[in-house]
Amino acid sequence: MTLALSGQEVVAKLEQQFPGSVIESSENNLLVKSESIFDVAEYLKSSPELDFDYLNYIAAVDYYNYFELVYQFTSMKHNHSLVLKTRCYDRENPAVPSVVRLWQGADFQEREIYDLMGISFEGHPNLKRILLWQGFEGHPLRKDYL
Amino acid sequence: MEVDITPRHIYSDTELDRTEGEAIEALKRSTQQPIPDPDRWLDEELRRNILLTSLDTILNWARRSSLWPVICFPACCAFELIAANASRFDLSRFGMEILRASPRQADLMITAGTLTWKMAPQVKRIYEQMAEPKWVIAMGACGISGGIFRSSYNVVPGYNRIIPVDVYVPGCPPRPEALIHGIRMLHHKISKRSITEG
Repeated sequence: MTLALSGQEVVAKLEQQFPGSVIESSENNLLVKSESIFDVAEYLKSSPELDFDYLNYIAAVDYYNYFELVYQFTSMKHNHSLVLKTRCYDRENPAVPSVVRLWQGADFQEREIYDLMGISFEGHPNLKRILLWQGFEGHPLRKDYL
Repeated sequence: MEVDITPRHIYSDTELDRTEGEAIEALKRSTQQPIPDPDRWLDEELRRNILLTSLDTILNWARRSSLWPVICFPACCAFELIAANASRFDLSRFGMEILRASPRQADLMITAGTLTWKMAPQVKRIYEQMAEPKWVIAMGACGISGGIFRSSYNVVPGYNRIIPVDVYVPGCPPRPEALIHGIRMLHHKISKRSITEG
């Protein structure tokens, strides 16, 4: 069984590496600032004692006031996982750094989130709609769609 | 007591040979001509089998008796169609057990499933690639009107937005009996066609 790391176990290391990047940490997850998500993710992947070499999923949630992105990583070597969250308060042009350079599997998932939620991923090599067609108006999974 | 020691032969060898020879000669003499084939039935059978009908009737009979569906099953109604095709409901009774992967070899489209706008151009193209004459059965609520997804941003509200539909089979999904009933209705529709129409 994969061990789910609590946010509190990782927060000290992150605070040491990137001071001020973690907004809050709880038993289940870790909330970081959206601008530091790439650096944090890169550290989580490359650090030998964490070694998160596998991205389970990226999900996006619309909470009206902000969008929340949920990342889950797993380490094949250590057999542990971590849930990382970040928030995006700009409803007009929400944008977060892309993690495609770290995990290829993020490619289609970030495109799907861009397509249905309208969140841009900065640094994505091919950010365009994936389920809907070019020219479709709006982002249908947003709570204020229609 | 006296013992008869003379050899007992019912027929002598010579006698047997002579009898056989006579029988063969007699058969040969009596069969100088071939026996005529029993062909008296021919006339009667021909009279029983020649049928005068109209070109419309024979064409429509041929067309409806072997409808070949093209493979176009975008969603879950496909499973009822597969059930209808399999041994229990046995669509081959209607000469349509073959599902063609190529639209060029098919003349019936059974639209088993929800169609999204993203997929719609491909379905329209498949329909256009089918050779005339061709028919469409809209199977299930989604095929008829979009069903419960009608108000969705990405669902075609009925196949008749993109292709002409001949028969509508309601249900979510329709049972195989309902689909077979729809196919029988299509047979009736085909049998009313005429080559003189447009």
